[in-house]
Amino acid sequence: MATAKRPIRWHVGVFLAPAVLVYTAIMILPLFGTLQLSLFKAVNGVQTFVGLDNFRTLFGDPNWSTGFWNALRNNIWFFVIHMLVQNPIGVLLAALLSSPKLRFSAFYRTAIFVPTILSFVIVGFAWKLILSPLWGVAPNLLDLVGLKFLFSPWLGKEGSALIALSLISVWQFVGIPMMLIYAALLSIPDEVIEAAECDGVTGMAQFWKIKLPLILPAIGIISILTFVGNFNAFDLIYTAQGALAGPNFSTDILGTFLYRAFFGFQLQVGDPNMGATIATMMFLIILAGVCIYLFLIQTRLRRYQF
Amino acid sequence: MSKATSSPVRSIAAHGALILYTIIALFPVVIVVINSFKSRQAIFREPLMPPTASTFDLVGYATVWNQGDFALYFQNSLIVTVASLFFVLLFGAMAAFALSEYRFRGNALMGLYLALGIMIPIRLGTVAILQLMVAGGLVNTLTALVLVYTAQGLPLAIFILSEFMKSVSDDLKNAGRIDGLSEYTIFFRLVLPLVRPAMATVAVFTMIPIWNDLWFPLILAPSEATKTVTLGAQLFLGQYVTNWNAVLAALSLAILPVLILYIAFSRQLIRGITSGAVK
Repeated sequence: MATAKRPIRWHVGVFLAPAVLVYTAIMILPLFGTLQLSLFKAVNGVQTFVGLDNFRTLFGDPNWSTGFWNALRNNIWFFVIHMLVQNPIGVLLAALLSSPKLRFSAFYRTAIFVPTILSFVIVGFAWKLILSPLWGVAPNLLDLVGLKFLFSPWLGKEGSALIALSLISVWQFVGIPMMLIYAALLSIPDEVIEAAECDGVTGMAQFWKIKLPLILPAIGIISILTFVGNFNAFDLIYTAQGALAGPNFSTDILGTFLYRAFFGFQLQVGDPNMGATIATMMFLIILAGVCIYLFLIQTRLRRYQF
Repeated sequence: MSKATSSPVRSIAAHGALILYTIIALFPVVIVVINSFKSRQAIFREPLMPPTASTFDLVGYATVWNQGDFALYFQNSLIVTVASLFFVLLFGAMAAFALSEYRFRGNALMGLYLALGIMIPIRLGTVAILQLMVAGGLVNTLTALVLVYTAQGLPLAIFILSEFMKSVSDDLKNAGRIDGLSEYTIFFRLVLPLVRPAMATVAVFTMIPIWNDLWFPLILAPSEATKTVTLGAQLFLGQYVTNWNAVLAALSLAILPVLILYIAFSRQLIRGITSGAVK
């Protein structure tokens, strides 16, 4: 063996090959394949290159564009409700859990995380039953606290269905921000807290001035995870409201819109190319969100090294 | 410790808030499970009560047992989850080892390439994945699901495992090399046993989304023989929507295995999250 040249290390290739092959073949290539399909159209059963025609249809043809903008608007709402409700509750629970000498904290942690491990099918149906006016669990409970007049079949009303579903989704996923922020709070060294206490910064002031700035990177990660998850959501809406995302498309989000375009529904025939076009739009939206996070938010968040 | 953080009033308030949220988190699960054991009238008359001797009824479970082929669905889910998990852990650990152990040209680039999949969901490629599976004759096979879930699980597994593998001592590996062990033996005999806790964390993270997924079973394997529990439950619930006993029993049956698994592994999962495995 020549000393000047290192031998080819075959084992590196052997270690990498299976993962890279599966990942490339099943994930990366289909992703680009889908992007490519959005530029084609089936003409007499033959895939023909049509440039940006599908996008023109999506934005120009009222049959498609109304549905798309409606789904996008609903999806943004879905995300905003998550950010406004899920993250504050998550931060609050994490702050309570991390208070020193709290007993049973392992029990609370385990219990609050339970909904997160359940499938959307269970969550969607269980809440559908609970909120159903037929069964009466929700009205009975509201009656206990004297608020029965507030009850209405939320999931069946155009005005409230999306909000109800967003809150169900928040209920399911609040465990994730809670855990990640809890971990971030635990990693704050005791010296920092003790120094704050020596300076007389305690209680709420301590939380706002010392801890919150230190857990901002964790909140940033949660926000981007929520963003990707929300703009890719499908299962909960499909389970609770069906592929038509009723009532009257008021809970339609990009995932259900994509599903209907791809597989067809009622009288409309499924169209893989339009499906790919919508998937491409979702890809661009998620990519934009991830880029904003990586280049604008993450670089500005200060990370403290202890 | 300052007085402010340990005063009994604050601690009671903290417990109060946590108990309240725990009830909110568990209530839907509890209400579904207790009502699944009750007769139809009792379900509607007093939904908040646990079953008593006079209202106890297993009719819902009987319907589920007779109508849905849940044993088969369960078996399918188990096969898909275990097989995907095996490949994610094996391939993921191998790639993570290559990335963290050897310096080679394009190492960082390869790491970045494999990490892409953490942020970009595999669902966006569904249209082309379906075409690929049709071309490969894999539609309505469990193999299709195993392939997709393996690809889906790999990026996060590689990312987490390579962080952990960097912490395995170099001296140990070099001692092995001096003793004439091959790189494969070093990986399987020395490194893998040491990163077992990290593997457990990755296993839990990988398993939950696979078991719960509805999208890919619905699109790639909706046939009767290949339905997973999640898809089977979805269709069963849609079909029996007016049979409350059956619906509640099916939901309970879907909840229990996951819940038992979760309680068994919750320490692993929570330790994984809080040890900063997810950065």
